[in-house]
Amino acid sequence: MSINLNTKSLREAYGLALVELGKKDKNVVALEADLGNSTRSVLFRAEFPDRHFEMGIAEQNMASTSAGLALAGKIPFMSTFAVFASGRAFDQLRNSICIPKLKVRVCGSSAGLSDFGDGKTHQSVEDIAIMRALPNMTVLAPVDAVEVVKMMERINEIDGPVYIRINRNDLPTLTPEAGDWTPGKLWTVREGSDAVVFASGVMASKALEAAQVLSGEGISVRVINASTIKPMNASAVIQAASGVKGIVTAEESNISGGFGSAILEVLRAERHGPVEFVGIQDCFGVSAKNYDELLERYGLTAYAIAQAVRKVVKAAGGVAGA
Amino acid sequence: MTDTGTITSLKKTALQLRRNLLEMLGVGKVGHLGGSSSLAEIVAALYFHKMKVNRNNPKDENRDRFLLSKGHAVLIQYAALAELGYFPKSEFAKVKSLAGTLQGHPDMKIPGIEAVTGSLGQGLSIGVGMALALRLDKKPNRVYVIMGDGELSEGQLWEAAMAAWKFKVDNLTGIVDCNKLQATGPTSEIFEIPDIEKKWKAFGWNVIKINGHKMEEIVAALDAAGKVRGVPTVIIANTVKGKGFSFAEGKAAFHNGSLTEEQFRQAQADFDAAALAIEKEAAKSAVKKPAVKKAAEKKPAAKKPALKKAAEKKPIKKPVAKKTAVKKPSPKKTAAKKRG
Repeated sequence: MSINLNTKSLREAYGLALVELGKKDKNVVALEADLGNSTRSVLFRAEFPDRHFEMGIAEQNMASTSAGLALAGKIPFMSTFAVFASGRAFDQLRNSICIPKLKVRVCGSSAGLSDFGDGKTHQSVEDIAIMRALPNMTVLAPVDAVEVVKMMERINEIDGPVYIRINRNDLPTLTPEAGDWTPGKLWTVREGSDAVVFASGVMASKALEAAQVLSGEGISVRVINASTIKPMNASAVIQAASGVKGIVTAEESNISGGFGSAILEVLRAERHGPVEFVGIQDCFGVSAKNYDELLERYGLTAYAIAQAVRKVVKAAGGVAGA
Repeated sequence: MTDTGTITSLKKTALQLRRNLLEMLGVGKVGHLGGSSSLAEIVAALYFHKMKVNRNNPKDENRDRFLLSKGHAVLIQYAALAELGYFPKSEFAKVKSLAGTLQGHPDMKIPGIEAVTGSLGQGLSIGVGMALALRLDKKPNRVYVIMGDGELSEGQLWEAAMAAWKFKVDNLTGIVDCNKLQATGPTSEIFEIPDIEKKWKAFGWNVIKINGHKMEEIVAALDAAGKVRGVPTVIIANTVKGKGFSFAEGKAAFHNGSLTEEQFRQAQADFDAAALAIEKEAAKSAVKKPAVKKAAEKKPAAKKPALKKAAEKKPIKKPVAKKTAVKKPSPKKTAAKKRG
């Protein structure tokens, strides 16, 4: 890794990694819509003031301006909250950027419920579904700060637009220091044989916790982190889902069109056991005092994942000796 | 001042663009006639006079950029691009069909198209991005963005207008095609936007008002816009929707309409008459020519080559006092005044 990372903050990691990219390539530029302190693109502004554009509270213009910059040879990173990147600027992403397949990087920061205090207007439950629906868009959801940095180091290899979903809070580090990240790579957080949990973002550590609990009950759970949501690595998903009794997906977004849907789209033509989705059940968010409290409110917990695993395993006939 | 020969030639080009447009429209095919033909003169002036374009390479790094924010008028752009030789005119008959490449709105798979536009209100933002990139790379090229007057109701366009001022993108010229009709009726009834000029001025832009069918005015305004430093310039072009098609002028039905065989023939007759008129006018001004020449000689500063050189020599300058730049009432005055 090019950065000595002393933080578990994904957005801090994003800002630091963006500065590194800026050092390597003078064509990297950054755009912000008055949320630079939160997204941490201010770090880039401090280093490269001429290549940082404060666009004001005007996300639509920021997106199409990014398109113009890309059309003239720049590699723009536009950062704002996920809810605005995916909602407010959708038509601009679609037409100015995705149709011509421009190399624009969209940072959807404070994604999911992670902006716990601001409530439903600022929490993005639908950004994964929206971004996934756009042809040509690559959708990334890093699991921790280390993975953010590793992704940013390789992001230039991805042709066309990229959406990178960044959590607002510090998250436990799961990604090993060694080894490269490559687009589409799935990695096994924990081996197991009875059930598989495909997890995204903050839910990966919850899945690991659930697996530890379940191992005490004699249920062996494989945990897979799939941080490239689109294009989903079909063969890797199929392989990861093979040989187990049941499948659980865990995401911090609406289950309608989200991460679980992406996994099941891949598995639709394969023989597979029972499936459960852990995610937001088609509703908007709410303000909370802290992140964990909010995750609990929406059933995005290790306990919920463990229950889902128990359910699919039971439906498949149970585990020998358990 | 641009010489009368050039002006006459550009008028002929504009007419040729309308002929190309007619060929694409054909008979019984639905197409955006009105908002395409209102732009014929402006598009001719840009592609065949003002803009740096390379006929052999549509992607030449040193080209100026043309963005049609009102993407539905793309037929008139196709008319120009084919005339430049970017694709064969045989594509005209296959426009908007699976057999051809020419799409209903600008698509970057077509040589010479610079951006995907058509969802209205986005072109100016794209233009701002291009202008910023050109400036970062210290390139002298300009970006031209054509908008519609109906399109001015899109909020994003005004976000872009504010950004263009904030970032002082004086390498961008906006052009508003004020043809006063939109898809379902007169702009004054559908969504009236009063004081367009005042609005752009209030957003900090240098504003030039012209008749968008008078080639002399178009060329002078484009020249003047290129000399303004520190603020972006918008040319508000008063035009007639359907211009040149006698039966379609000022009629909202031809925003996106089709032609009968009779109308097709009428348009051909209209263009033949227009060609004659251009010849007549050229002959008339040829007689007057010596007088015009003398006047031009008296004011060497107004001569195009001298001004162009001066503009090229100057690196892009940080804002001249904003107020002075904005206070430019007419293109003629600006052309005569050399800015220091």
